[in-house]
Amino acid sequence: MSVESTSAPAVQEKKKEALFSKKNIRTLRDPLDDNNPITVQVLGICSALAVTVQVKPALIMAVGVIFVTAFSNLITSLLRNSIPNRVRIIVQLIIVATLVTIVDQVLKAYMFDVSKKLSVFVGLIITNCIVMGRLEAFALAQKPWPSFLDGVGNGVGYGIILVVVAIFRELFGAGTLMGYHVIPQWAYDHGYVNNGLMVLPPAALFVIGVYIWAQRSWNKKLVNVS
Amino acid sequence: MKFLQNIIHSIKPHFEKGGRFEKLYPAFEALETFLFVPGETTAHGVHVRDAMDLKRTMMTVIIALVPTMLFGMWNVGYQHYLAYGMEATLMENFMFGFWKVLPIIVVSYAAGLGVEFIFSVLRGHPVSEGYLVTGLLIPLTLPVNCPLWMVALAAVFCTLLGKEIFGGTGMNFMNPALLARAFLFFAFPAYMSGDIWTDLSPEAGHAIVDGFSGATNLVTFDVNFHNLPSASDMFWGFEQGSIGETSAAACLIGALILIITGVGSWQIIVSCVLGVLGMGLVLQGLAPADMPNHAMHTPAYYHLLMGGFAFGAVYMATDPVSAAQTERGKWIYGLLIGAFTVILRVFNPAYPEAVMLSILLMNVFAPLIDHMVVEQHIKKRLKRA
Repeated sequence: MSVESTSAPAVQEKKKEALFSKKNIRTLRDPLDDNNPITVQVLGICSALAVTVQVKPALIMAVGVIFVTAFSNLITSLLRNSIPNRVRIIVQLIIVATLVTIVDQVLKAYMFDVSKKLSVFVGLIITNCIVMGRLEAFALAQKPWPSFLDGVGNGVGYGIILVVVAIFRELFGAGTLMGYHVIPQWAYDHGYVNNGLMVLPPAALFVIGVYIWAQRSWNKKLVNVS
Repeated sequence: MKFLQNIIHSIKPHFEKGGRFEKLYPAFEALETFLFVPGETTAHGVHVRDAMDLKRTMMTVIIALVPTMLFGMWNVGYQHYLAYGMEATLMENFMFGFWKVLPIIVVSYAAGLGVEFIFSVLRGHPVSEGYLVTGLLIPLTLPVNCPLWMVALAAVFCTLLGKEIFGGTGMNFMNPALLARAFLFFAFPAYMSGDIWTDLSPEAGHAIVDGFSGATNLVTFDVNFHNLPSASDMFWGFEQGSIGETSAAACLIGALILIITGVGSWQIIVSCVLGVLGMGLVLQGLAPADMPNHAMHTPAYYHLLMGGFAFGAVYMATDPVSAAQTERGKWIYGLLIGAFTVILRVFNPAYPEAVMLSILLMNVFAPLIDHMVVEQHIKKRLKRA
């Protein structure tokens, strides 16, 4: 706490980045496409299979995960200098578990139906590989603001896939979107039938697989990523 | 022929590099090589040259499929008139079935080949012949009442997700035709099981006969195997079922064609049969004596004649792309298909089409079997050295 510490902020002051500098924008945007947690890193697949039968639970699950990744990243990043390295996983777990409990209680209080549909998967956000992965890989070594953006980005990247998969599954599996009938009655009268496969979990794998295929066809950066 | 050749030659410049329809060259090339033997040779490298190229192989399988297809068409008509208690001649039976089955075949080819053409144009590779066989296999594995749009959807699904996504013909690790059927089976269960096997379009002045039951043998035998039709009926195929699967006799003719021409592997067919007989005998030995009607008592050879086993073993399991490649691997592959088929049929009434599921399962395992066979061989040779 002598000369060094007083001079350090001065140096930072010069280099201080704008809130939405190019680098920060990239932190936020990368996980949406180029480095998507589900389709590129292939993390968090289990909940993507389980909660995507309908759009509404998928949306709410996505919001929950965005909340948890963003704030766990932020809190971990704030504490990063005081967390002892050897117990860091436990500290991270406590942070994540606290946030997840908040999400769970809010859902139970205000959206009991959805909370019942999501059942155990809200609790399982704690073990979602994306959350822990971002804490370990990003928040422990970065400043709070980029960490927060990274958390939001990864949460949204996860949410996009969840909602896309859910749209396909609900539309073809039940003929509805957000609970409203989208496929008109005359289609059923002419022999259209809902696709029972889309309601089963394997359909989510098919949709994610096709999404990965399409993504790698349009995004040249991903051609050599295995 | 000369006339066709002239047309091809006159329009060819438009499709070659610099021509107006350059992008559509793969589609043109497919048509040209379908009609005529291609006139070019490979420019470099050593190639094994054989008259038995991919197109000839596929055509042989199609020829082997003809008996089952013809019999299937006849049987569709036969079952229809049987349900209404009407007498019909051989020709009437056949023509009724012909007009029912033909649309399914046409739709299956149109949908699947459409996808293939689009992909060959997008990727610039020649249209491969793989779909010729798949397109005929799909209709033969379906019930005659299957709506046509479902056939189209299944054909698109299997070409897209079963083949093109992995790189096209020769890269598919599962049999595309079976994939199409499995897709329909899980997507539209109401249209793939239950009382759907006989075409019951109304006949003026006739009502459905009393005692008509839409249940296939695979459903019947789970309740009481004594209710099964006679073995000879099941062998010749006078029973309800998917269009092409009912007759073991027709499949046997197909098997002979495949084996004599060397297109299908006899090891796989024989080992499938042995697997069924072996597992059937084991279950018969273990069958509980106090339940004389239990499915486990079914004579082992009944499993060869019932359902789609003969069709699956002859045309599906022998698919050279998705089957095991090594000699010993083929025996393991076939034996396991047979064994799983019997186990699934006897113990899981929810999935009567056990042949389909066990072949798909073993398709997935085939590379592993090959790997183990090769590894074991290497180990053995090293020990000897």
